[in-house]
Amino acid sequence: MDLSFQIQGGDFTSAGTASSQVRRALKELGVDAGVIKRVVVALYEAEVNIVAHAYKGNITARIDPERVFLKLVDEGPGIADIEKAMTPGFSTASQAVREMGFGAGMGLPNICRNADVFNIHSVPGKGTTVEITIQII
Amino acid sequence: MTIHKIVALIHGTILSGKPGEEDVVEYCFASDLMSDVLTVCRCDFMLITGLANLQSIRTAEMSDLKYILLVRGKTPSQEMIDLAEESGMVLIVSPYSMFKASGILYQAGMKGVF
Repeated sequence: MDLSFQIQGGDFTSAGTASSQVRRALKELGVDAGVIKRVVVALYEAEVNIVAHAYKGNITARIDPERVFLKLVDEGPGIADIEKAMTPGFSTASQAVREMGFGAGMGLPNICRNADVFNIHSVPGKGTTVEITIQII
Repeated sequence: MTIHKIVALIHGTILSGKPGEEDVVEYCFASDLMSDVLTVCRCDFMLITGLANLQSIRTAEMSDLKYILLVRGKTPSQEMIDLAEESGMVLIVSPYSMFKASGILYQAGMKGVF
């Protein structure tokens, strides 16, 4: 099953709707609750990152019997120093993002912790691509 | 502890869901930081938060939580209440601070998740 979502930067009202739909799809497919939680926590953090930092983005979710593959591609300022961005507690988030309960520098570490395979590639001034794989079995 | 006992202890009001005697919760986690909530692996706890926006409901949804206690007398928007209802969650509001609500519940036997 393939799902695709367009994400608008700054749209905090809709942030989480893509993750919610992926969660629903996984539940309908009868995937283990622990796996669903890992997928949606990683995806939700990544979705919030697009809303918080990028101008716009696209999420695709491929659900196979063995694994879930998530790809998030955004157009935005990109990340100059990925190693620094992965450090728990490091954040460049705005006050508006912090008021939403995010932006404390836990997003990327949270994604990494829940993923079986995590890849991030960024071009400063262009955007960021995040790939997350989580095994179902 | 039943949800009804929790509501009585913290002078709460239920804004979504219709909990019965079978709605029982043993653990709580209190935070205004949603990324912290998302680090908790278990899903059998009640979220205590002062964050009154859609993301607190979304975070509870992603964390597979059923019970949210909104403290500090925050008034949730109708959108929040509707999303909680849609997601099958029990949303409770309390006029007490996070510290006071947590203290009362801890004293009454509720446990922290770690």
